Amino acid sequence: MERGFDCDVLIAGGGVVGCAIARELTLFDLRVTLLEAGPDVGAGTSKANTALLHTGFDAKPGTLEAELVVRGYEQLGRYAERVGIPVERTGALLVAWTEEQLGSLPSIVEQSHANGYEPIRELTVEELYRREPHLGPGALGALEVPDEGIICPFTTPLAFATEALLAGCELQRGVAVSGLERLDGGGVLVRAGGREWRTRFLVNAAGLRADELDRMLGYHGFTVTPRRGELIVFDKLSRPLVSHILLAVPTKITKGVLIAPTVFGNVMLGPTAENIERKDDTSSTAHGLDYLRLEGRRILPDLLEQEVTAVYVGLRAATEHTDYQVSIHADEGYVCVGGIRSTGLSGSMAIAEHVRGLLEDAGLALSPRAGPPVELTMPNIGEAFTRPYADEARIGADPDYGRIVCFCERVTRGEIRDALASPLPPVDLDGLRRRTRAHMGRCQGFFCGAELASILEGRS
Amino acid sequence: MSVVVVGGGPAGLAAARELGRLGVRDVLVLEREREPGGIPRHAVHQGFGLRDMRRPLSGPAYARRLTELASGAGAELRTETMVTGWSPGGSLELTGPGGRELLDPDVVILASGCRERPRSARLVPGSRPAGVMTTGTLQQVVYLRGERIGGRALVVGAEHVSFSALLTLTHGGAQPIGMTTELERHQSLAAFRVGAAVRFRTPLWTRTRVSAIHGRPRVAEVELTDLDGGGTHSVACETVVFTADWIPDNELAVMGGLELDAGTRGPAVDEALRTSRPGVFAAGNVLHGAEQADVAALSGRHAAASAARFLADGDWPDRRVRIGFRAPLDWVSPNALAGGPPPRGRFLVRSREFLTHPRIEIEQDGRALWTGRLARLVPGRSGRLPDEWTARVDPGGGPVTVFVASARG
Repeated sequence: MERGFDCDVLIAGGGVVGCAIARELTLFDLRVTLLEAGPDVGAGTSKANTALLHTGFDAKPGTLEAELVVRGYEQLGRYAERVGIPVERTGALLVAWTEEQLGSLPSIVEQSHANGYEPIRELTVEELYRREPHLGPGALGALEVPDEGIICPFTTPLAFATEALLAGCELQRGVAVSGLERLDGGGVLVRAGGREWRTRFLVNAAGLRADELDRMLGYHGFTVTPRRGELIVFDKLSRPLVSHILLAVPTKITKGVLIAPTVFGNVMLGPTAENIERKDDTSSTAHGLDYLRLEGRRILPDLLEQEVTAVYVGLRAATEHTDYQVSIHADEGYVCVGGIRSTGLSGSMAIAEHVRGLLEDAGLALSPRAGPPVELTMPNIGEAFTRPYADEARIGADPDYGRIVCFCERVTRGEIRDALASPLPPVDLDGLRRRTRAHMGRCQGFFCGAELASILEGRS
Repeated sequence: MSVVVVGGGPAGLAAARELGRLGVRDVLVLEREREPGGIPRHAVHQGFGLRDMRRPLSGPAYARRLTELASGAGAELRTETMVTGWSPGGSLELTGPGGRELLDPDVVILASGCRERPRSARLVPGSRPAGVMTTGTLQQVVYLRGERIGGRALVVGAEHVSFSALLTLTHGGAQPIGMTTELERHQSLAAFRVGAAVRFRTPLWTRTRVSAIHGRPRVAEVELTDLDGGGTHSVACETVVFTADWIPDNELAVMGGLELDAGTRGPAVDEALRTSRPGVFAAGNVLHGAEQADVAALSGRHAAASAARFLADGDWPDRRVRIGFRAPLDWVSPNALAGGPPPRGRFLVRSREFLTHPRIEIEQDGRALWTGRLARLVPGRSGRLPDEWTARVDPGGGPVTVFVASARG
């Protein structure tokens, strides 16, 4: 490391993108710091999204987003299988409900081909209803996108951050950037949480606050307008109603309301798309929930007869630009990774690789980190793979994997204990939920809420 | 193993005890909590056990007594053990500290109880702060964990359990600021309501919906909407308790392919509490929204007697007549007919509306089977229909329908 710097690269923002960048950079012999303003990594926009692993078939060809999502899809898919992030290749069906939508299907196919995705194909109405017998009446046609998938939005940033941490990354949670200053001769002074870091490079991955950090350094590249997305998660008993991701024909503003299975075995309906003012307003709204129910009733009527397990709200970091806003100011040592909207999860690893390339071009020397590579295996919280409560051998070796604490989600005492003892332990109930699924189910704590609170406080 | 009882609450424990009393051997009760007893474990108030034990007990004392009686009758009680599903071959799949296990009993009695719908299931918009809970969570926090609540609290609902939540809140150090119900009046006993008004000075806001919850990280404010006028006003509080709005814990019933009743959302059962799956019975509050614990225990006892008969003679009806209903009725239980008396010689019926002197009619294929008046029906509380008409049911006929012919609101 060069003289006078606390770190080579400081990443501001521990969402899925910031965590992916931290992971990527710690593969090299670098001193990396990751700061997250919230109580945990992956606890903002990254935890409340549609959790799709996108092929990028529908991205705007030629954009950076298209390039990175297509590449990120492959990278994340492989990484997920390697470290145990729950992922399921359900495939997607893009359903046309009006003549106008039906007429736009050929152009979507063309767009997909332009993005290099060939397996997309048209389905007859008969085949559509054969595949999805519970689909509402009136569908006129559909496209099949066989490689679209669903992935765990919780485990993904946690895996990136854990791997980075184990490779020596300094990770600070609950530390918000309050000031940035250029250093003479390059580099940035970062003020955050009452401390200061002198970093050779700053990576701004602050998501909703990326424009604010940009302005702290005197740039005005874009303005983030939070785009609220409300999601309704239905009871696991509704899972047999749908086998694919059911996509809508996109408009200029939104990809529309979709219905998708989740890796936890639920069915998700959403999101809404509403530009709002406040960057912390993750409240659900009566009009948003009404709209989703109306849309849901049309797409999959039986779903609306099912119990609702949870309502989530995520704020996408939309800007006035249609593409990602990624730029480097090499002399100052500043990289901005802004405007990463709904596709950030799918694109995360390719975005990280892209940022690494920019840093390398700007003169950051990259030599592989000495020592053995980090061997990471994340706890499986997905339904498609054997979970501890159903694993005879694990229970035999440790009876705590047979002690179910959260009945709805079948989370065992052993898993909760492991999460609390992990390199990146939860700091609150929400963090425990994202690591284990505890308290995520249909009772929302009726049975286990008090018990979990006690465990978190170390009393049981 | 001849009988597996799924759930060690009042219904399951009473069923196990009755099976022992009737001479059935090899009875196993599976309880997923660390202690048996079910909901009464954390319902500290008095009044449990009147109907089955003929004396008033506190919830925890009642839970202990039920446990002793079941054990004393020879049943094996296994705690921290959860039935997670049915194997493709029809066995019960279990997880416990001892491992994963498959069981093939001759009889299964489902007694998994019910739970309150949480805030999310009721689609109440707003932020997701701490301090929002169901009565179940509240009671565990205050009574099992001995924690303080503190601050101001709003109770959503005005049924028996809502007044119980009120007591629990004050016991936990919170100041109840009000109760809300979307109905035009409360659904509990007048004495409870007067007690709440006098003792805690708690106002009851009728025809009022909780339309939003605000605050972060804890509840700060709740928006209430007047369902008649449409106006809204906000109240400041730190805790919101969502009470009642029960749903049977019906996951095993659904996973086992059991026919569900559209009204109760529990498994559809006949008078003997037989489900649609041979050898599988269901009892207690898994059948419908919550009844009091002693009623659940008597339901368990009834299912046990039916199960003992089935173990002796192997008879299972090959056909049953379903019981349907029309609005404003909410459900009828039992909701199928295959002969024999229902628990306590009655059918339970619930209404979504307050009805005074409703005239109830029961018919099959256009033929009147029974008509009679009930004193009144209160939402969330069961009325009682006699069973004398079941002899007139045509076992080969269509479904029976129960409806309100006339009533005052």
